Amino acid sequence: MSQFILHPANTRGHANHGWLNAHHSFSFANYYNPDRMHFGVLRVLNDDLIDGGMGFGAHPHDNMEIITIPLAGAIAHKDSMGNSAVIKSGEIQVMSAGTGVSHSEFNANADEQLNLLQIWLFPKQKNVTPRYDQQTLNVEARHNNFQQILSPNADDEGVWIHQDAWFSLGKFDNGFKTDYKIKKTGNGVYAFVISGEVTINGQKLGTRDAIGVWDTDTINFQADCEGAEVLLMDVPMELN
Amino acid sequence: MPVTILYIGRDADITAVMNRLLNARVEWIGICVCSDEEAISICLEKQLDLVLLGNGINQEAEQKLREKLLALRPELKIVQHYGGGSGLLYGEIMSALREQN
Repeated sequence: MSQFILHPANTRGHANHGWLNAHHSFSFANYYNPDRMHFGVLRVLNDDLIDGGMGFGAHPHDNMEIITIPLAGAIAHKDSMGNSAVIKSGEIQVMSAGTGVSHSEFNANADEQLNLLQIWLFPKQKNVTPRYDQQTLNVEARHNNFQQILSPNADDEGVWIHQDAWFSLGKFDNGFKTDYKIKKTGNGVYAFVISGEVTINGQKLGTRDAIGVWDTDTINFQADCEGAEVLLMDVPMELN
Repeated sequence: MPVTILYIGRDADITAVMNRLLNARVEWIGICVCSDEEAISICLEKQLDLVLLGNGINQEAEQKLREKLLALRPELKIVQHYGGGSGLLYGEIMSALREQN
């Protein structure tokens, strides 16, 4: 029997630091909600608005798969592995923190706000060698289609991570209907509405609302407005 | 009464950050070390409320560490802490202390 949990946008944790206006889908920093610790291996989903030129100075991570998806603007990244890059809207960045890595993240533009989603997953394997990757996505390929942007396989579409997780992004015409088949038994899907209105498994969702669905192999999707954008995170429900 | 938290991690830089973050809160006293021997000796000397197992500890070392710490203090709460920075720290410590109580 399929199960679900709804996370309306206005129930997310919120922290406004002036230069950073952050919404946390799960407990993060000073936002602590024991009922919002994780969805399976999905531990962090932060929706950050960062003022021009501002950002996070060098800070460490370990044993996390960290995925960054800029929605508007560009982020300048530098890390202790020697990577220095700018990731723009339409691209995706992944960092496997493994045994430990330090990085900084700043809004690459001085006069434009940056909006990004930062997502942390617990890895399948601990203490892996840290790695970094970024890819430019074909934005056209997500029109009325859940375009795979991340998987566990290096030779598959999108970036890859050390976890049995698949992410997909889609942008849909009003009334478009489709089913999404969960990639692996034991996985659930956390669907985050980036913009617009959609119906997932009979639940109506608006911008920045989310639904987590598990104990099923398929989810039913319908777009209820023109240009609705959705991120699906298909993740193991069991923590390693 | 502040809670005393022992953090064990292998990366000296991450461990130093953890030390700063833990001790930045008045309700926590953080003791952060990189070696298991040092961790055991602190467990003998101090009344610990919580142990965080952090970066770079392999499965075999973790198992041994847990056995040794629990042999000294069977009531000790030991949890894994990953992520490094401050993002997960507060929530995970609060959850561990909540379970303990």
